Amino acid sequence: MAGASAKDVLMDYDEALERFEPVLGFEVHVELSTATKMFSAAPNPAAHGADSSVPNSMVAPVDMGLPGALPLVNAQAVRYSISLGLALGCSIAPSSRFARKNYFYPDLGKNYQISQYDEPIAFEGSVEVELEDGVTWTVPIERAHMEEDAGKLTHVGGSTGRIQGADHSLVDYNRAGVPLVEIVTKPIYGTEHRAPEIGKAYVATIRDIVRSLGISEARMDRGNLRCDANVSIRPRGQARLGTRTETKNVNSLRSVERAVRYEIQRQAAILAAGGSIVQETRHWHEDTGTTSAGRPKSDADDYRYFPEPDLLPVQPSPELIEELRAALPESPVAFRKRLQADYGFTDSEFRDIVNAGVLAELEATVAKGAAPAQARKWWLGEILRIANARGVDAGTLVSPIHVSELIALVENGDLTDRLARQVLEGVVAGEGSPEQVVAARSLKVVSDDSALIAAIDTALASQPDVLQKIKDGKVQAAGAVIGAVMKAMRGQADAARVRELVLERAQA
Amino acid sequence: MPDASAEITVADVQHLAGLARIALEPGEIEHLAGELNQIVDSVRKVQEVATPDVPATSHPLPLVNVLRADEVGAVLTQQQVLSGAPDAFDGRFRVPAILGEEQ
Repeated sequence: MAGASAKDVLMDYDEALERFEPVLGFEVHVELSTATKMFSAAPNPAAHGADSSVPNSMVAPVDMGLPGALPLVNAQAVRYSISLGLALGCSIAPSSRFARKNYFYPDLGKNYQISQYDEPIAFEGSVEVELEDGVTWTVPIERAHMEEDAGKLTHVGGSTGRIQGADHSLVDYNRAGVPLVEIVTKPIYGTEHRAPEIGKAYVATIRDIVRSLGISEARMDRGNLRCDANVSIRPRGQARLGTRTETKNVNSLRSVERAVRYEIQRQAAILAAGGSIVQETRHWHEDTGTTSAGRPKSDADDYRYFPEPDLLPVQPSPELIEELRAALPESPVAFRKRLQADYGFTDSEFRDIVNAGVLAELEATVAKGAAPAQARKWWLGEILRIANARGVDAGTLVSPIHVSELIALVENGDLTDRLARQVLEGVVAGEGSPEQVVAARSLKVVSDDSALIAAIDTALASQPDVLQKIKDGKVQAAGAVIGAVMKAMRGQADAARVRELVLERAQA
Repeated sequence: MPDASAEITVADVQHLAGLARIALEPGEIEHLAGELNQIVDSVRKVQEVATPDVPATSHPLPLVNVLRADEVGAVLTQQQVLSGAPDAFDGRFRVPAILGEEQ
């Protein structure tokens, strides 16, 4: 639709910060990984290992809003929501209730979303966020409330230039009714130059928290964790807040940082030119790194919220709240300190891992049996290199279990580092597990000495001068033969073993 | 007749009709504004008997925490889901082009 993004004028970032003060706010939606949906017993596509590839196959009458179907609250989703609220330092409401948010859009069959409005389950908290240089920042939390996710729309046609009224949308209700917690921050002041970085660190911290609680798959690339970034700026010295925009579709940590920066620069250019900011949603475009205008923000009243008459209040007992509080895992900051000590990494080694956003992946890799140093080498090396080249988060490329498998293959001598990189390439390309790629691409190191010896003998026979030098004790001459053998083996041999055998055969 | 002191104005009815996707004739709008004001007046009478020690309620039943165990139950088949669809394609509902966007 509004494709004017390319025309956005941006002010230099430093100049924008000199003249304006940014104020941030975030709404993060977390899909809970309960077995079933929020209000129905249909299986939850956001559960671990769920397969929702067949459209409209995980749908109960409640999820479609069929007449007469009544919602019933998932007890586990309530427990997860309370745990999350507690982990965010929030108070848990002694009584909270659901509300209808009314709007017409085919992503929900009921024409309303069941959410919470004036009585959210959790309110008034704060989250400690650690920045790249180790500085901590406190983000104030306004509330966390329970709601249901909407179905998925696929828009078909249009962009092909055929504007003949043939455009339509396809609706899949598998996602409708997935339990969500929406976490809303208060305005975040005083971030100054670090605004984009603080935004990214905040979302990363929320991801770490829900992962440590084990209440969500927390994959941003799969929509388990979704972020809307509110950005406003105000001229230095102005007390009144500037008009904010809400950037949606910010679906990677890297994008959070880029989108905040972009909006600051875009809004600064408009205000500096005497224009005014329109309160609207903006869409983040990962490919171009720009935002474009969406719909104008409507007043909250337009949703005509009212208490959901089909559901009763949720009143968690103090005992339940204390039970869940006692079961909370350590905070991400404390967890990191412990992990660093366990792994024996230096501050800077550890910070590199955290800053690359691969700590959880690294931890999972070590949990599968890899040595911490090896896990670090792969995640910060080849995997991060590919991720950066593609502009995606490293965790989306390959699973920790495959990385640990790859490391084990190298440790066992089945792969050299060079072969392992090729195997990784295959895994990233979706060719299967490392074992499967090794088999399919025939990449295993030739560990059969007889095959190596045959190649060595051939190489020695064709280079008699080299053979003579080795016999005369000029061991370094062996390099030429080793090279020829490695070439004959298409690199699939352990060079150290080849060297041993060359020296052995030369003396034979 | 529209009453200047009325709480529900013609503009309110137009706005609500738009939100509810209901097409109304001008005459209907004025008529409904009048009716809605009568309803508001009637409901206001309740305020006369409500005292500060009666908490507001959204439900007549003295029940809370009606919850369901997180256990998978029956789902509809894709065919059942789509059985009432005016149009479907590739296992999904096919609906006219959407001009708005997600909320």
